[in-house]
Amino acid sequence: MGKVLDFYEALYHYMVERRKQSGIDNRILIHFGSATCENAAGSDLVRREFEKLIRVSGRDDILLKPTGCTGRCAREPIVGVFFPGQIPIKYEQVDAQKVQTIFQQHILGGLPVASLILDKRTDRHYDYVVTLCSSERCRHQERNPTQEMLLTALQNNGVDSDSVRIFSGGCFGLCSRDQVGKQHVMMIFPEKVMYHFQTQQEADEIVKSHMVQKTVVDAYITHADFITEQFFSLYGDVSFFNKQTRLTLRNSGLTDPESMGDYIRNKGYEALAQVLDRGDSDFIISEISKSGLRGRGGGGYPTGQKWRNAVQDSDDPVRFVVCNADEGDPGAFMDRSALEGDPFIILEGMTIGAYAIGAHKGFIYVRAEYPLAIERLEKAIAKARENDVLGKNIMNSGFDFDIEIRLGAGAFVCGEETALMVSIEGKRGQPRIRPPWPTQSGLWGHPTVINNVETWANVPTILLYGADWFSRIGTKQSRGTKVFALAGKVVNTGLVEVPMGTTLRDIIYDIGGGLEEGRTLKAIQTGGPSGGCIPARLIDTPVEYETLAEIGSIMGSGGMIVLDDQDCMVATARYFLEFTQSESCGKCVPCREGTVRMLEIMERISSGQGAMEDLARLRRLGQLMRKTSLCGLGQTAPNPVLSAMENFQEEFITHIRDKKCPAHKCRQLVTYEVIPDKCTGCTLCARRCPVSCISGAKRQVHFIDQASCIKCGECFNACKFDAIAIN
Amino acid sequence: MTQVHIRIDDTDLAVSPQLTIMEAAEQLGIQIPRLCYHPDLSIEGACRVCIVEVEGYKNYLPSCATRVQEGMVIRTNSPEIRQARRDLVELIIDNHPRECQTCERDGNCELQNLAYAMGVRERLFEGRRKLYKVESSSPAVIRDAEKCILCRRCVRVCSEIQGIHNLSQLYRGFDTRVAPAHEAPMNESVCIACGQCINVCPVAAFLERPSTDAVWRSLSDPETLVIAQVAPAIRAAIGEGFNLPPGQIMTGQTVTALRRLGFDIVFDTNFGADLTVVEEAHEFARRLKENRDLPLLTSCSPGWIKFLEHFYPEFIPNASTCKSPMSILSTVSKTYYAQQRGIDPKKIFMVAIMPCVAKKFEAERGEHVSETGAPYTDVVLTTRELIWMIKAYGIDLTHLPEGEFDHPLGFSTGAADLFGKTGGVMEAVLRTAVEQLTGQTLTSIDFQQVRDVEGIREAQLEVAGRTLHVAVANGLNNAKLLLEKVKSGEAHYDLIELMACPGGCVGGGGQPYPPPGYHVLDKEILKKRAQALLDIDAGKPLRKAHENPYIIEIYKEFLGEPGSPVSHKLLHTTYHPREPRGIK
Amino acid sequence: MNKTDQSVTLDRDIIDLMEECRLREYPESYLITILHRVQARYGYLSEQHMDEVAQYMQIPTATISGVATFYHYFRLRPRGKYAISICLGTACFVKGADKILEAFKTELGIDMGETTQDGLFSLENSRCLGVCALAPVVTVNDRVYSNLSAKQVPDLLNKIRFEDQ
Repeated sequence: MGKVLDFYEALYHYMVERRKQSGIDNRILIHFGSATCENAAGSDLVRREFEKLIRVSGRDDILLKPTGCTGRCAREPIVGVFFPGQIPIKYEQVDAQKVQTIFQQHILGGLPVASLILDKRTDRHYDYVVTLCSSERCRHQERNPTQEMLLTALQNNGVDSDSVRIFSGGCFGLCSRDQVGKQHVMMIFPEKVMYHFQTQQEADEIVKSHMVQKTVVDAYITHADFITEQFFSLYGDVSFFNKQTRLTLRNSGLTDPESMGDYIRNKGYEALAQVLDRGDSDFIISEISKSGLRGRGGGGYPTGQKWRNAVQDSDDPVRFVVCNADEGDPGAFMDRSALEGDPFIILEGMTIGAYAIGAHKGFIYVRAEYPLAIERLEKAIAKARENDVLGKNIMNSGFDFDIEIRLGAGAFVCGEETALMVSIEGKRGQPRIRPPWPTQSGLWGHPTVINNVETWANVPTILLYGADWFSRIGTKQSRGTKVFALAGKVVNTGLVEVPMGTTLRDIIYDIGGGLEEGRTLKAIQTGGPSGGCIPARLIDTPVEYETLAEIGSIMGSGGMIVLDDQDCMVATARYFLEFTQSESCGKCVPCREGTVRMLEIMERISSGQGAMEDLARLRRLGQLMRKTSLCGLGQTAPNPVLSAMENFQEEFITHIRDKKCPAHKCRQLVTYEVIPDKCTGCTLCARRCPVSCISGAKRQVHFIDQASCIKCGECFNACKFDAIAIN
Repeated sequence: MTQVHIRIDDTDLAVSPQLTIMEAAEQLGIQIPRLCYHPDLSIEGACRVCIVEVEGYKNYLPSCATRVQEGMVIRTNSPEIRQARRDLVELIIDNHPRECQTCERDGNCELQNLAYAMGVRERLFEGRRKLYKVESSSPAVIRDAEKCILCRRCVRVCSEIQGIHNLSQLYRGFDTRVAPAHEAPMNESVCIACGQCINVCPVAAFLERPSTDAVWRSLSDPETLVIAQVAPAIRAAIGEGFNLPPGQIMTGQTVTALRRLGFDIVFDTNFGADLTVVEEAHEFARRLKENRDLPLLTSCSPGWIKFLEHFYPEFIPNASTCKSPMSILSTVSKTYYAQQRGIDPKKIFMVAIMPCVAKKFEAERGEHVSETGAPYTDVVLTTRELIWMIKAYGIDLTHLPEGEFDHPLGFSTGAADLFGKTGGVMEAVLRTAVEQLTGQTLTSIDFQQVRDVEGIREAQLEVAGRTLHVAVANGLNNAKLLLEKVKSGEAHYDLIELMACPGGCVGGGGQPYPPPGYHVLDKEILKKRAQALLDIDAGKPLRKAHENPYIIEIYKEFLGEPGSPVSHKLLHTTYHPREPRGIK
Repeated sequence: MNKTDQSVTLDRDIIDLMEECRLREYPESYLITILHRVQARYGYLSEQHMDEVAQYMQIPTATISGVATFYHYFRLRPRGKYAISICLGTACFVKGADKILEAFKTELGIDMGETTQDGLFSLENSRCLGVCALAPVVTVNDRVYSNLSAKQVPDLLNKIRFEDQ
């Protein structure tokens, strides 16, 4: 064994030993989220409450552990309670009051608090929870044969199916190519045993032995490495999670993001040790190329090719790697969550990339608006240096590489790679002309590889499990998984990681829980201000780079906003245009001037001043900006408008010709009127009206003076008798 | 070098891979429309006017910034490209004041010309536009951000050529504007008033502070004796304002034009230059002898002097204390000449016609005033302003008879003409200083070593048993390079000539906008103007300043001798460090 | 190094940081880092401070001015003791951030980017804070208020005023 592997082994054992000695595995573990969103939701109060209770109880077998965020935003703060050997229990929207209950009843009393359990799918206790692998590839048509077989096996063995909770999970990523569709995989809790089987008979055997005779069947245990095991073993029973395939986010919400030990015990730095031991930088690039990994920042450029370019295009010995963590799309928070939840994976990914292209210096460019992510990164870098996995002579390999954090300062355009480099150089973040590409002439003129957070996070996993394994997840042109920030009018907002090729429907309905009752889906906005609005009729589109581009949107960095019938497409398009207009750097004419002109036209349309020719003007300007803008921001700025016009032309025409906003969102096109038959003269609306434009004596029908109404909608909201009509 | 094969608009050609598409197209006689591009400045690629279609690329590429590659198929003129260019130019003018007819650059505006050429005949997208006030705090350069089209040429010239970094784009997007740090007024900035921002501006976002009104007023006042003085660089450039090719010598016609405009007396700044040479040569010889404050730095470029005060105050003792030719001529006009002719100096109104914008600042310097506090130079007009006055008067300069300068301050040697070009002061001073140091008459007086128009030149001369190290720099970035070398001890010089503007005064900030076929700061124009001055020098019987009989006379009758107390009082000046301090 | 005659007002540790940065490779690339430090210390970037950074780092003042005005994060004017920042990200917009903004404007009598006369409050907007699921979101200094409604605005301000006393 080489000296690098010796080093790694020693480090790994040290970390494992340390954990053993801490006795953590024999204790009751309470996880609480420690990320920006969790804190905002009140997880800090929760932590303090638990601390107090633990102290008061005098128990030393209860451990409070911070983790990153799991991405289940709408239910935060989330608390996980893990008794050794029992099914893990997660609680949602916990506050100080609920902490009391959970502590008394569950932690001290041993009885889970059913009413507080995450997603409340259960108010009963199950003997077993089974999570099935149900990836796109293994599933036959609509029915999941694995589930059928399991149900049959339960029946055959006389096991009450009500005592077993069955979930279809995402892709476990376990099977090999020749087993596709034949191999069935499931994980049984609370023992956390992973079985594989091929025939009904085998399924019967497993159920009989495991559930009836309470004996684990060694013959069918899957010994393969299972990357998402840890995650599934804790969260596999929650539908929001078990449809996901968490590769890049596998540690988020599980490990303590500030603990290098946690990271290393979860296979952290094994990939780096292997590639350093192998000492073949070209092998790394080949593997990344073979894996089919493409840039997750939006453009989708093949990552392996990018790395190869940096090596081939120049013989400059000074090279750089950069992590683009300037997540700026409104509605996107994938990177923040990843950095806060698992900073080490980014460092490892970058170190591998640096070794591959021969860089000795890396930069992480983070938004200054992410103080916690910055703090976590700083701590992670310090710990990595301390443990010699960063800095000089990494893992005894002789390879030197260090990382510096550079802060953004509030400029969306700095997410564009050339602007980002200019900003790292300390200047106004205005993009440079490409070519030359960054891989030819990047930071200070040296070849530079820039990848975003999610791309880097994929790198260690690919090298650990192999390009073949990775390339089996997802679709032919878009391999692996993608993280989305699901927001808008969907029940379960949050972060989801799914295999490429998952349909929008699966994401929005199966994982996102669909829309609020009574609402209908109108469109899905992906790609933020650079993307487009996908109409509801295209809901079965699989999420891939090419398919999204074909329907006028883009993958983008992963923002996904669900719009319903109460959303106006003109207003939404205008909103995104306002955003890009205010974020235009001002360098090139088409973007600086074009965004303003397009916005003026959009303002006219949404205020009833539009003319039909305005549609042609929007198209002409939009095309001009697409084809002549200097950087991606300007080239894609017209997308939200153009795609909305394309898919919702009628709505635009209604605004222009009829001067109406069907969704009642465009204020200037809305009038509020009192319905005389319903008005009781309670005066509430008149009291609420901020401009006092509602008149009427008590118990008399009221009247809204249209001339002075500012259309704020307060009267509508206030009226208890539905006596205000919006027209 | 290997060539690449490309096709432009159906013509195949082989060119160097170092060329941009724009440059390659020029070989075919295709002048791709352009705006922010300037050959002497870094590539900005911001206006997008020079876009072309290249097969295989989804978007149009800026031809100024894109190098040719093997097999490229380029179209410069498809209907789509033409519409895109038209629309881009419209977007620019939509955010530009609609006041062409009352604008200083009407008829001479790159944007106006471009809008016409691109066929912008109607406004399709017009809406709100940016609104800013004119900033006119500086005596030299006024800034009109409302007219600015954000091509960043001024920012680039100010930093890349001049090394001043006074201008930057501030804010962003639609709110972007160009201004000094903290959006401070120009007179509270490190602006050195060279006016190169005016030169490179395609519109009228920067202009010299206008002075013609004051001149018209004084010309119509019978009580006032209005004297004009004409700097050497004017005569080589003024013809361009009247459609003559660059480099035409128009000395006599200019004198006639000034007389017709009503100037009572027309002097030649050259006389001041001859006097400067004599004083400066004396100063140089003395410092050499005493071996102090070397290198001696020339001081006739006011932009350079302001730069020295903001950026290199530690070199102030090295600067020649001699006033510039303009200030010397103004001073002797209001002292020696007035005395001689019995004129009340208060009645004299001195108008200096200069290729220079910084001269407007120099004229207002507190050091250049008489004992009564009145400025010696009352008004400075740039070449451009004089051209306009002549045109406003309905005079066709090209058809004028040649007039003569008035005596005695209108006679000069060839040395003085050289002041208008880079290296000229050096050569003029050497012609006198070398004779002074050696005590012998120079027979060969062409110092070829300092004659190029390169930004920096160095030379060594053997004089009186010692080696003189001299250097010449034009453009202040070059000045920085030289001074840093001196500071670090990397180089030793005895005499350095420094000129703020590229090419020296011929490339001054007040010179005519370039005629069609040339660009601003075009080296070809600068060379032709410089050559004209060399030709004048070569054609003169007297070519050493100290041989000017009127100079000999003024010393005899008035000044005494070079470096005398009278000289010191009238012909020398002082400098002081200025805030804000510049960043080297 | 050239220091101007004007007395230096930046704290020693910031000067130390600059001196350290000057010794590193590409010193001018640390400009944004330094401006962050200055703003974190003094609340905003004053002209005096920017001038001092220019002299210490030997970066042209106009360049610094250009950088400071380019990035929204940098403030050129002092901020109120309580900086109210309204997220105008997509999710917040959809959930009515504009109404909340109006409410703050009305209650405080100031416009976006302004500070109340007592120096207590200033009003800003922010790009998406990334807590969209809790929209609409407002931050007051570093504290995040989520799921806010326009009606709660007066109470929120009163609470802050009360706590301040």
